[in-house]
Amino acid sequence: MQLARVIGEVVSTMKDANLEGIKLLMVQPIAASGEAAGRPLVALDSVGAGVGEHVFYVRGKEASFPFSPVEAPSDATIIGIVDHWDLDHRAG
Amino acid sequence: MIVAKIVGTVVATRKDERLVSNKLLVARPVDPHGKPDGSNYLVAVDTVDAGVGETVLIVSGSSARMASGMKDCPVDAAIVGIIDTIEIHGGR
Repeated sequence: MQLARVIGEVVSTMKDANLEGIKLLMVQPIAASGEAAGRPLVALDSVGAGVGEHVFYVRGKEASFPFSPVEAPSDATIIGIVDHWDLDHRAG
Repeated sequence: MIVAKIVGTVVATRKDERLVSNKLLVARPVDPHGKPDGSNYLVAVDTVDAGVGETVLIVSGSSARMASGMKDCPVDAAIVGIIDTIEIHGGR
């Protein structure tokens, strides 16, 4: 899973039937420091996340699992809203 | 999922038989603001009747096979939505 920040909302009317009713969010992957790391992508939302929140998302085929038994065609799905994260700097 | 702009069509007479009667499009990945993000052009199978000039949502990897009608097809990029709007709050 990867950490990211939700930066926007994507609206699509004409889409795969198995995506109906699922929120599409634009997320910016971040490093542990909170800085942007890599390109933004679109992720499905399975936990009720919103813009500005820190989340973690799962990639790959597993990204459709939260919507089972519907086979949502997703390669990135938000599966958690992060309250906070802590780093032990001694551990590097 | 990534956001991409459709820039062309692909015609292939000789192809895997499971791709017969599927529309193939050339897609250029773009950033949330619609500018090309520098990554490579993709050939994506169209499942939502997209056309040249439209901004679309592309699912990659094995999840692409979950797009409508793509079960057991040899595809790793499928267009699963036509994007109406992307609203970015805050950006990077």
